[in-house]
Parts: sequence; C-alpha cells; structure tokens
Amino acid sequence: MVVTNTPSARLLLLGSLLLVSLLLGLGNAAMAAILPEDRTDIMYHSYDGGGITIDGPSVLVRKSFAETVSVSANYYVDSVSSASIDVLASGASEYSEDRTEYSVTADYLHDKTILSGGFTSSEENDYSASTFYFNVSQDMFGDLTTMSFGYSRGADEVMQSGNEAFFDETDRQNYRFGISQILTAKMMAGLSFETITEEGYLNNPYRSYRFQNDPLDAAQGFQTATEVYPRTRTSDAANLSTSYYLPWRAALKASYRYYTDDWDIEGHTYQLGYTHTFGEDWIVDVKFRQYSQTNAYFYDDLFTFASLDDKDFRARDKELSEMNSQTIGAGVSYSIPFLRGRVIDRGTINLQWDHISFDYDNFRDVTQTAAPGEEPLYNFDADVIRLFFSVWY
Amino acid sequence: MHRYYKTILFVLLTVSGTGCAMKPIEPWVKPYERDNLADPIMSADRDPIANSYLHHVFQAREGARGAEGGGGGGCGCN
Repeated sequence: MVVTNTPSARLLLLGSLLLVSLLLGLGNAAMAAILPEDRTDIMYHSYDGGGITIDGPSVLVRKSFAETVSVSANYYVDSVSSASIDVLASGASEYSEDRTEYSVTADYLHDKTILSGGFTSSEENDYSASTFYFNVSQDMFGDLTTMSFGYSRGADEVMQSGNEAFFDETDRQNYRFGISQILTAKMMAGLSFETITEEGYLNNPYRSYRFQNDPLDAAQGFQTATEVYPRTRTSDAANLSTSYYLPWRAALKASYRYYTDDWDIEGHTYQLGYTHTFGEDWIVDVKFRQYSQTNAYFYDDLFTFASLDDKDFRARDKELSEMNSQTIGAGVSYSIPFLRGRVIDRGTINLQWDHISFDYDNFRDVTQTAAPGEEPLYNFDADVIRLFFSVWY
Repeated sequence: MHRYYKTILFVLLTVSGTGCAMKPIEPWVKPYERDNLADPIMSADRDPIANSYLHHVFQAREGARGAEGGGGGGCGCN
C-alpha cells in the first residue's frame, strides 16, 4: 500500500483504521436496535435552474452480514453544464464539467448500540474532497429514546482551471448530536445539533466582487477583483422535527431549523410535509419548504472601494447575500406487485419533483443594463427531479 | 461555541454511561403499540439516496448547512 502524505490519504488511512477497529473490536450480542434495511437504489437526478443544468446517475447498494454488520457503497456523478449569472458576469462562456463521488459506509450493531463509520471521496477537475465520519446511536429508556452523536472530518483541495500556480486546502470538522423521542403511539419528535468548523480556502477562486471606480460616484462605473474571504468559519445549526401518524395511514411532518455562524449569517428553515397512501401500493408525498437568511458581514453587491489587505474581506457570492427560497415538492412511489416476494422482498419505482424559487434581496443582476447599483434584483427558479428504482432483499 | 457542545456531549455521555445502574424507566408506549411509528411513511429518511441529493442541492445554494440528518459527507460543491 502506497501511503502519501496528502490530506486525503491521511484521512483515508485514519478512516479505514477507525472502521476496521470498529468491526473487529466488539463481540456479538443480543439485538435491540435495527440495522438499515438491505436495499439497492438506482437513481437518475436532474437539476435545472439559473442557467445551470446538472444531471447524472447515483447507485446505492446496502447489504447486511451475520445480522450485526451492514455495509453500503454509493457511486454518484454530477454532469454540470453552467452558464449561471456568475459565469456570465465574469465574462466567461458556458462550461461543462463532471464530479464523481464514491462513498462506503459500515454499521455495526451491538445490543442497543449502532456504531457507524464511512468515507466519501469526491473528484472534479479543479476540486477534490475527502471526508470520513463516525457515528454512535444508542436506544435507551425502553427504546423510546435514541441518542446519537457523530464526528466528521473533511479535507478539500482547491485548484483553478487555467491557473496552474493556484492550489489551496480546506479542513472541515463536523460535530453532531441528536435525540429522537417516541412521544405517543402516533407521534415522534427529533432534536439535532451540528457544529461545523472550517479552516483554509473558503471562497470560490472564480468569483469576484465589484467596487466603484470612484468611491464618491457610483455612476462612474465599477471594476472587479478576486474575492477576499476569512480563512475560518464556524457554524451552529439546531433542527427540531416531528412526525404524526394519521388514522387513514397517512403522516404529517413538520420541522424547523435555526442556523447561525460567525460570518453573521442567520438562517431559518421551515418545512411541512404530508404523506398519503392509496391502497398497499401507492405512496404520495407533498411538501412546502421556506428558507430565509441574512447576509454575511463582508458581503456587498457593490463595494465603495477595493480591499486594502487580506483581512479586509470582500464577497459578492449570492449564497452569502440576504435571500430567501420557497420550495414546493411532490413525490409518488409505486410498489410493483409482481416483484413482491420473487427473489427480492419488494421493489418500488419513485418519482420526486421539487420546484424552488430563489429570491435575492441585495444581489443584483449585472447582466441587465442599468446604472451600477441600480440593476434589478436577481431571482431564479429551479426544478429538481429524482427518478429512482428501489429493491429490498 | 463548539467547546460548549463538547461539554454538553461529555455530560450526556457520562449520564448515559452511569444510567445502567439505575432502575429502568417504564416505557409509556409499549413495543406492541409501535406499529404505526414503524411504518416507513413515518420515517424522515425513507429514501436516503434522494434525500441526500436534495440536501446537497440546498447546501450548495444557501448559506446554512448542518443538522439535516444523515452521516454527512463532503460537499464538493465548487
């Protein structure tokens, strides 16, 4: 085995050691908690909005062994074709690229405890990301409560097409904690927290901010320069969710997430969902999601003057602006009768569609002709489709 | 801020570790009353492959991230 000293190789080695020690370190025991079901999913996914189309396949295979170990592997591809507003604003032409991601995970069941670990690797021509994670979940209090905690560590390598000299790295750590609780025979609730710390190159090397040619007169035009970001970011998110079973075999789901970080972004996500069944074979889901956020403290659509040094931060990423999004979604799942009990346990074909409207409160569309700082505010809609076939065995 | 979480985690783990010696809490929803809760339609993550894809879509286009559920993994969103 060749061991290199890159962050990805170190992570892979550490993740592998953790998994092996997990799988070998504990003996068999009576079961209470449940491993994920054995299933395979073959999915086609598609995103279309804001001048970007992304589609590709994803295949997930999960299999358990000896009723105590479950392993999974996922292969995922994004084929991107982009003429987004960011690409157009930079004067570049439409580009295409692929991103390929591989994941492997393992879950080990020991009495009322499930230990999980996994490794993900993502590659594209100018970006490489590796992450390993470790989770523990424990059933307690008569199995009414499940407590879990987890840790992830990721290392990214950032490059820039057309600029061989550019190379930088990002280190990421996630700390998770969650509780799910059975409240009544028809109701469950969950509370989860996640802190993410990042250090390294956190901006996008292709993005620019803009500043006025004359600080006193915006009408004199503007020029652009590469964004200047802080090299650290720490965020906290808390999510509260609940599901309620309705007597006609349907379910109501609601969740709220609060988000805050040290870049002064504060976000609120609300989601409501309803699941309805028709007979044994059909499941229909509908949902509504509302998201809003404040802008990062170093975001502006049009700065008065250029950054003075590498601590004088400047960003014009629309993802850091004050914005909101609304999503409506629907999904249908059909259990194919002739597959039931033949070699496999059952099989379903599923179609899910989400329509998302993104509205920006202080990010302007510079492709429109207007005086600097007076262009119309930007907005766009996107459609997200997942078509997948699932079998359980 | 994450140091604060680490302290909470440590306290909870310590409490859960010592919980073995305490008298078990009587579950107010008996195992045979949990059929409805075990129905896949109640699961927040019924189709992991589709859910993680949608999380990825939002994570790449919104400032907020985290506490979505699942094991996590690289974003790779440039």
